[in-house]
Amino acid sequence: MDQKKQHQAEANTSIDRTAEVWKALEEVRDPEIPVLSLVDLKIIQSVEVAEDRVKVEMVPTFAGCPALNMMRNEVVAKLQSLGFEHVDVEFTFHRRWSTDDLSEEALKKLRAFGIAPPVRLTLPEAENHIERLQRAVAQPVVCPFCGSTETKLDAFFGSMLCKQLYFCMTCQQSFDRFKPL
Amino acid sequence: MSLTIPSHIPLEHFKRFVLSMADDELVLGHRDSEWTGHAPILEEDIAFSNIAQDEIGHALVWYTMYMELGGPSPDEMGFLREWKDFRCCHFVTYPRGDFAYTVVRQYLFDVAEQVRLQGLLSSSVDALRSVAEKLLREESYHLLHSQGLVERLGDATPESHERMQRAVTEAFPQALGIFEELEGESFLVEAGAFVGNAALRSDWLKEVVPVLHKASLQAPVQLEAENVKVLVSPHEGGRRGQHLEYLKQLVDDMQQVYRLAPQSQW
Ligand SMILES: [Zn+2]
Repeated sequence: MDQKKQHQAEANTSIDRTAEVWKALEEVRDPEIPVLSLVDLKIIQSVEVAEDRVKVEMVPTFAGCPALNMMRNEVVAKLQSLGFEHVDVEFTFHRRWSTDDLSEEALKKLRAFGIAPPVRLTLPEAENHIERLQRAVAQPVVCPFCGSTETKLDAFFGSMLCKQLYFCMTCQQSFDRFKPL
Repeated sequence: MSLTIPSHIPLEHFKRFVLSMADDELVLGHRDSEWTGHAPILEEDIAFSNIAQDEIGHALVWYTMYMELGGPSPDEMGFLREWKDFRCCHFVTYPRGDFAYTVVRQYLFDVAEQVRLQGLLSSSVDALRSVAEKLLREESYHLLHSQGLVERLGDATPESHERMQRAVTEAFPQALGIFEELEGESFLVEAGAFVGNAALRSDWLKEVVPVLHKASLQAPVQLEAENVKVLVSPHEGGRRGQHLEYLKQLVDDMQQVYRLAPQSQW
């Protein structure tokens, strides 16, 4: 094989390997919201593969989320099972994590799981975050079970950092809402 | 060292600033966690447990930055450090008090967090901007919560008013200590790393005084045209490591858990 071809082959292996890593990571689920993977949740945004090494950056949702370490362990185990000698998982606070970056598909899965998805915070830029949030929180929340907007906030803080507790007056059920962040 | 800051910013002063942010969060987080199982209603029990978790998580973010600047690991900073080496303000170290005091302290602190983090959004240091952006989102929930409680409890009943007023009178001079000048902060201000404690204090006053007033609560200030004149002296010393015994007890409690189970996670 001439040198150019060999380089090409190596590059292809690396691309295949990277795709394989992403595919495996899509199988690592959030422990509390198993319908979403860490990739769906944008907790994993970047992967670097070099021979037997893989480096993954994880962007925490809420900085104090107690599940972060569990997620990291699962990522490490998953990638070791692909045969990587060195698995390097790092938390970074330098990348943005916002519910605004979740895909429509991810929001649909949340709703199907019985969690009201977060409203988008993308409101005019001139306002500061607290105002944006105030307006977002004031918007009606749709019940994930019956679609009613006759709902009320029961508790500002829920069972987990990422959730708030709501009650639907129409179907008389409590439900969680993923906090817009 | 995995994080570099512009070379004209003295590292030692920059690290001191990061440490003051981290220690405030960790210590207040621990005070908030003391309400778990003891809050007057379940909803607030959950709220303060959540807030405690958030604050301790934010401390971790700052300690991580401190480590990236060449400091010890977050574990060492939280669990193996002498209480005298903390650089938190006195305000966060006072015992949790009654629920009125807790609400007022949290509110006064949450506004300080807002103005501090808002100020960092335009910092000349990239790392401060991205951390501020991250924490501001979470902190905003704290403020919506604590401000809501202040507005409701300020004049709900004569008893709640009386207790809230007592808490404001007690907490206000303590809270002013958040803005104690840091050694070397003028270098940071000059470099555009942050706006400086004097400016933050004035932003904070402009925000808290009217909100307290609207809730029928009197802050120890005098309004003179555009200016807010403060009539009490701030409780300072924490930023220089001159702490009250309260911090010693808190650090003892916190570190005891770690000594019993050193592998325990944040
Ligand atoms: Zn419903």
